Amino acid sequence: MIRTLHAAVAAILLLVTPAFAHDGTTHVGELNITQPFTRATLPNAPVGGGFLTIANTGAEADRLIEASSAVAGDVQIHEMAMEGDVMKMRELADGLEIPAGATVALAPGGFHIMFMGLNQAFVEGEAVPVTLVFEKAGSVELALPVLGNAAKSAEHGAMEMGHGPAAPAAATK
Amino acid sequence: MAIKTVRLWLWGAVVALALTAGVGALLLRQSPPGAAPFGTGTYSLIDQNGKAVDQTLFIGHPSALFFGFTHCPEVCPTTMAEMAGWFEALGDEGKDLRAYFVSIDPERDTPELLGDYVSWVSDRITGITGTPEEIAKIAGSWGVYYQRVPLDDGGYTMDHTALVFLLDDRGAFQGTIAYGEDQETAVGKLRNLLAKS
Repeated sequence: MIRTLHAAVAAILLLVTPAFAHDGTTHVGELNITQPFTRATLPNAPVGGGFLTIANTGAEADRLIEASSAVAGDVQIHEMAMEGDVMKMRELADGLEIPAGATVALAPGGFHIMFMGLNQAFVEGEAVPVTLVFEKAGSVELALPVLGNAAKSAEHGAMEMGHGPAAPAAATK
Repeated sequence: MAIKTVRLWLWGAVVALALTAGVGALLLRQSPPGAAPFGTGTYSLIDQNGKAVDQTLFIGHPSALFFGFTHCPEVCPTTMAEMAGWFEALGDEGKDLRAYFVSIDPERDTPELLGDYVSWVSDRITGITGTPEEIAKIAGSWGVYYQRVPLDDGGYTMDHTALVFLLDDRGAFQGTIAYGEDQETAVGKLRNLLAKS
């Protein structure tokens, strides 16, 4: 009986643990998602960008194929690239591959989740819900904290929010 | 005797190099005849308050000029925020400097919409829009590239040059600030611009 209980507890732990987000990491299948954030939008800005880092700990490549959110009419997966001094933006129609063992960053200046047709402004200090769908790992819901309108990363943005005393030298760029 | 020959050859080399450098410098100083200076053009636009403006907008004070659009997810809001940071860093020193955000998506960016967008970031930045034809003229005079890119939801986004152009108080081109350039370098360039204006 006790043994069965142990087994049950162990089984429950195994089942439940992957769904927990600890240390700011969201797990889905073999994927670990960290450093989610978005930026406060300017008035009338009908679009916003979402950023996060996806690490694939599995042995097989996966693919981010879809994203959706209650705050936007349409959500797409985009790549931004600077060609010389020209900013170019492209929709990734086939999604974004997360190779086995690789970490792919959706970060300012590169890949991003593009929220289009916003039905509300992104307000600093709030969070934006988003559902990501992966080809193999399935779907996962996340909340992207809204940082300042020029936040460059999850940490950087968090520091900028303070506007308090100067950040320690080690933490500034 | 041998040393003297070497010395003569060396002096010969010095004269030849000096001549080459002199002729090169003379050639470089001559601008091509008939070419209009960079940034020169005529256009009729409207500012965020609905006021008519033209090329004389940039006369009488130094300016920072950026071309963008409000449906822009990253480069434009980032540049706006950085501009606000430059004004903050310059403080009183930058009181004569004015910044302009010219829409390269005038069909969607009305003066009113643009006004709310830029003034939220800084009251030192003025939004400029106009007809597609007149926008093409000002963008052309600054060599600004912009291109509509269709999206699969039927909408579109824009590829565009993301430079900030620096103009002196005569409206003449003095340099650029690149996208993502660090604040210290950017503010240094603006200080130089202010010193020249």
